[in-house]
Amino acid sequence: MSAPAGGPSAGPRLTALDRAPRADAHERDENYQPVFVNARRKELDELLTRYPTKMAALLPALWIVQEERGWVSEPAMAEVAAVLGLTPAYVKGVVTFYTMYHQHPVGKYFVQVCTTSPCNVCGAEDVVRAFLKQTGASDLGATSPDGRFTVIEVECLGACGFATPVMINNEFLESVSADRVPSIVGALK
Amino acid sequence: MGFPQKSHPRETTVLSKHFGDPDARTLAGWRNRGGYRALEQTLAMEPAAIVQMVKESGLRGRGGAGFPTGVKWSFMKPGDGKPHYLCCNADESEPGTFKDREIMRWTPHALVEGCAIGAYAIGAETAYVYIRGEFTEPLERMTEAVREAYAEGILGRNALGSGKRIDVYVHKGAGAYICGEETALMNSLEGRRGNPRIKPPFPATAGVFGQPTTINNVETLVAVPHIINNGAEWYKAMCLGNAKSTGTKLYSVCGNVRRPGNYEVVMGFPFKEFLYDLCGGPPAGRRFKAIIPGGSSVPIQTIAEAEATVMDYEGFVACGTMLGSGGVICIDDAQCMVKQIARLARFYAHESCAQCTQCREGTAWTTKIMERIEAGQGTAGDLDTLLDIADNMTAKTICVLSDSCAVPVVSGIQKFRDEFEAHIVQHRCPFRPATAAAVAA
Ligand SMILES: Cc1cc2nc3c(=O)[nH]c(=O)nc-3n(C[C@H](O)[C@H](O)[C@H](O)COP(=O)(O)O)c2cc1C
Ligand code: FES
Repeated sequence: MSAPAGGPSAGPRLTALDRAPRADAHERDENYQPVFVNARRKELDELLTRYPTKMAALLPALWIVQEERGWVSEPAMAEVAAVLGLTPAYVKGVVTFYTMYHQHPVGKYFVQVCTTSPCNVCGAEDVVRAFLKQTGASDLGATSPDGRFTVIEVECLGACGFATPVMINNEFLESVSADRVPSIVGALK
Repeated sequence: MGFPQKSHPRETTVLSKHFGDPDARTLAGWRNRGGYRALEQTLAMEPAAIVQMVKESGLRGRGGAGFPTGVKWSFMKPGDGKPHYLCCNADESEPGTFKDREIMRWTPHALVEGCAIGAYAIGAETAYVYIRGEFTEPLERMTEAVREAYAEGILGRNALGSGKRIDVYVHKGAGAYICGEETALMNSLEGRRGNPRIKPPFPATAGVFGQPTTINNVETLVAVPHIINNGAEWYKAMCLGNAKSTGTKLYSVCGNVRRPGNYEVVMGFPFKEFLYDLCGGPPAGRRFKAIIPGGSSVPIQTIAEAEATVMDYEGFVACGTMLGSGGVICIDDAQCMVKQIARLARFYAHESCAQCTQCREGTAWTTKIMERIEAGQGTAGDLDTLLDIADNMTAKTICVLSDSCAVPVVSGIQKFRDEFEAHIVQHRCPFRPATAAAVAA
């Protein structure tokens, strides 16, 4: 969905998914090494016992890939497809449905700020602006020039009473106000 | 209790009694607080007797629709020779709602026990707890609780030495509000895109993996052990006059309010006293303008309507809205309703699975028009267009995400029409300081 022109709240809103794919070697992940070997293979085999179908292990398998590699590239999708007896196209169809699988490499710190209405009325947009300023990321979804930070707005994180919740990688911060952002970012650098 | 706030004396803390107490998270701590006694008792009873007890308690689904839980369970036919499944809906993504998160963070064993009892009652050996991927801490707590329960023989092929098999698995979602819709959740669990399914068949006939399935919300399932321990009559008695809505309800309170947090009160509690006495009213110097009492998908109330509301399923309906998920969003007089409704529309546009044309197009166009009005570029016909789109989005799609997007728009235009018109007439948002450009124009 393209955003219409308008005031500050109506600016373009990019998620990691909205970025045009760049076909450089890094994005093609040419040096991909299989993830499902040794301990990770065992982990997957254990997961497979939980479900009556192999396909049901798809989301968990994609999580394993993302934990190992930081994102889910096309070669990764092909490996997942092979181990679960699916086609790469099917796997890609699933990956593209879910916002949490990164289809491109992201900054070392992936910052997600909730700006849905309950947080919005508590000043969440100021928190987003503060993160963009402190990290040097030029825009939502873009990675900072030093490659460390990607900042995006996300929809309700299910912690609305702790406005504004912010996720930095797997860390879930509660009640973040704009004035706390410099010390949060400072601690990561 | 109103975690992170202190418990208020007017709360009735059944489900939230141990919020904020880290010791309650461990298996030993949970057993010291009476944990797993209900499961033990359950395993010595006939499944049909459990279903009957839950029916008699009057417990209704806390995920949004309020369907009687015992009745839902009774749709699962015993002895049909098919594997049955229980799904626990822990996808909690409805804006304004954060109660299941606190249940899983503080009392993960309560949910393990609720799932085990539910599974047994519906003739299932397997329960899946589908938790949204962003819930990192609840995922950790639940995974640990399940691990402990297996290690102690509470779960597994011989649950609590009963000879019955009960498996509980935690399944991590990957970011999609729509996966909270029950059939979308089942598709997602199967490793598919989270598209809702056409019903019928209903889950009790063909749910996850094509087998008979019951799906319940986290809060629904954690109420069940209390019913087993204390009896249906005890549960039923927790209401203030309306026998159709029983028990306690956890409300997540957020937005412009002095003491945001979770509050547990009996059905029938007066909303006015809830908002001002328990939650502390609006921030200093402000007044409440609007309340969305049941998560973002229920009609917006003016504060006058909210103050006259009795907090139960029928009470919210009588005052033009719904209890929904119990996510109480408070909006004060410094906020622009047009901006916030536009933001909600954007939420639904982002979360639409895009299967149905009415929803895919309707949520996107609603967002564009709402944002245009908010930016001062609305036209005289925009409100009629919005209402027309809303009409085309209501009761026409596979699931109700589409309807949910129309709800704040229609109720917003009905109740705050002056704010919409001010944007259109003044060509700017009246809540934003005038910029030089806007003044010149
Ligand atoms: C778009 C949409 C999102 C939903 N999200 C949730 C959710 O996050 N959690 C939940 O318990 N129910 C959610 N529901 C309701 C479920 O479909 C279902 O009614 C509920 O899980 C049943 O459990 P209950 O009977 O215990 O309430 C959602 C429904 C829709 C249409
Ligand atoms: S709206 Fe921000 S966490 Fe729910």
